[in-house]
Amino acid sequence: MQKRRISVVSAGLSQPSSTRLLADRLTDATVRRLTESGVEVEVELVELRDVAKDVTNNLLTGFPSPRLSSVIEAVSTADGLIAVTPIFTTSYSGLFKSFIDVLDPQALGDLPVLIGATGGTERHSLALDYAMRPLFNYLHAVVVPTAVYAASGDWGAAENGSSSSLPDRIERAAGELAMLVEGSERSSLVRDPFALPAGFSPVGGFGAQ
Amino acid sequence: MQTHRKFEDTMQFGIFTVGDVTIDPTDGIAPTENERIKAILTIAQKVEEVGLDVFAMGEHHNPPFIPSSPTTMLGYLAAKTDRIILSTSTTLVTTNDPVKIAEDYAMLQHVSDGRMDLMMGRGNTGPVYPWFGKDIRDGIPLAIENYALLQRLWHEDVVDWEGKFRTPLQGFTSTPRPLDGVPPFVWHGSIRSPEIAEQAAFYGDGFFANNIFWPKEHYMQLIGYYRQRFEHYGHGSADQAIVGLGGQAFMRTNSQDAINEFRPYFDNAPVYGHGPSLEDFTEQTPLTVGSPQQVIDRYASMRDHFGDYQRQLFLVDHAGLPLKVVLEQLDILGEEVVPVLRKELAKNRPAQVPDAPTHQSLLEAARAAKPAEAAKVAN
Repeated sequence: MQKRRISVVSAGLSQPSSTRLLADRLTDATVRRLTESGVEVEVELVELRDVAKDVTNNLLTGFPSPRLSSVIEAVSTADGLIAVTPIFTTSYSGLFKSFIDVLDPQALGDLPVLIGATGGTERHSLALDYAMRPLFNYLHAVVVPTAVYAASGDWGAAENGSSSSLPDRIERAAGELAMLVEGSERSSLVRDPFALPAGFSPVGGFGAQ
Repeated sequence: MQTHRKFEDTMQFGIFTVGDVTIDPTDGIAPTENERIKAILTIAQKVEEVGLDVFAMGEHHNPPFIPSSPTTMLGYLAAKTDRIILSTSTTLVTTNDPVKIAEDYAMLQHVSDGRMDLMMGRGNTGPVYPWFGKDIRDGIPLAIENYALLQRLWHEDVVDWEGKFRTPLQGFTSTPRPLDGVPPFVWHGSIRSPEIAEQAAFYGDGFFANNIFWPKEHYMQLIGYYRQRFEHYGHGSADQAIVGLGGQAFMRTNSQDAINEFRPYFDNAPVYGHGPSLEDFTEQTPLTVGSPQQVIDRYASMRDHFGDYQRQLFLVDHAGLPLKVVLEQLDILGEEVVPVLRKELAKNRPAQVPDAPTHQSLLEAARAAKPAEAAKVAN
């Protein structure tokens, strides 16, 4: 049986949090899809609130605490990432961005990502596409086409058979992520932190010898 | 093979300074540039007085740092001291013209009778590069090309050269020629770049891991890589590679006194202040705040992680610590800590691990190599 590892990052601040609720729904749907395809899935979830001080300290000192280090390692070496943030003042939360900022800019290359967000009203749903998606594009992650935004009202809306209800969007996004996770080999890659750039010479190139 | 190895030859101990002008958080007063420059010169002479071996200073071209002209200060110290090695931490191989590095440090070598070496570094302050006509994105290529030229300027009397980053040279002779025909020993300092560890290994130069701001595990990997590549390039076995480590300590007889006194400096330090607690930081990095014995225990164990090494430098004069306190720290280092570390680190040190490099040891090695070369030519 194939094995795949998914990281889930939830940047919700309150407890209980609707951001965490959405993250759990997305995770359950993705795991179900993969299990149905015969893929064994391991899920590692982090609530950024639990490492908020560690993230700030990393910004200040340049290195992660042991606890944050294991979170970074898990996210960087996953086969898929489910990233969910509340939308604050038109964008992802500061804590979410701070976490992204302590990652190595190369660390998320080729990583399949499902982006989700929560907010008070539907009016902020485009933040996923003008803020969250470009962020992961810049990091060379592979963001699935369907991003899932849950406004407060969505949690009480009926499944009306249209393609736009929250459960339907969750299913669609989970299907897209599951497909990419199944094909990912990121979690079994051996990474060489000392790989020199192609063509590197310790005495230099042009004329320097 | 040396049979009677003296402790003091085995390893070198000293301090390295960044040269920052920082407000003392306990009274809100910053020294003037002049006071800080004079304090650094006093500290360096104290290094000799308390029996340490090395004084190294950084090079910076932006406030709040004062050492923009290291060889001026080191030249003064060469006249004021008799025994210590004067070094840098680091010399900017990227933004300095390698021709000027070759000249300045060969001059320092003569002035100090060989009591000097230097450590190459790139510098990580973006604006400094354009101020010197360079681009930080070329940091690694600059370090590689400039150092390759520096090596040629010291090893060859007449150099024809063409590269990407400076004017070509035709028939150029860098003066003065290195003392006794032996160029200064070079360390390469890097925090994370395997390219620089590779470069140090290629030339058989020393590699220095700053080791103070991050957990040791990171530097263990980097030094392990350098040792492996040193062997790969045929300079000796991995345990013969020349390794230096940074360190950081604050000491008082009673460890609680040390913690209480150092805490405001830690909490407000430019590099890690307002972040992790002193307790977390001392646990996660080699910073040791406590009794002299705690510092001895911590640093005696470094070789278990990095292998037997040649040079240990401590950072003692940053974050606004007053001169008086820094001098007291040097007294403790020289009287209580380093003598014990010398003995501890000489114990069970394998015979093939080289002693710390000096001008004398390089000269002897060069003389030993000469007859062999002459024989080659004769054949």
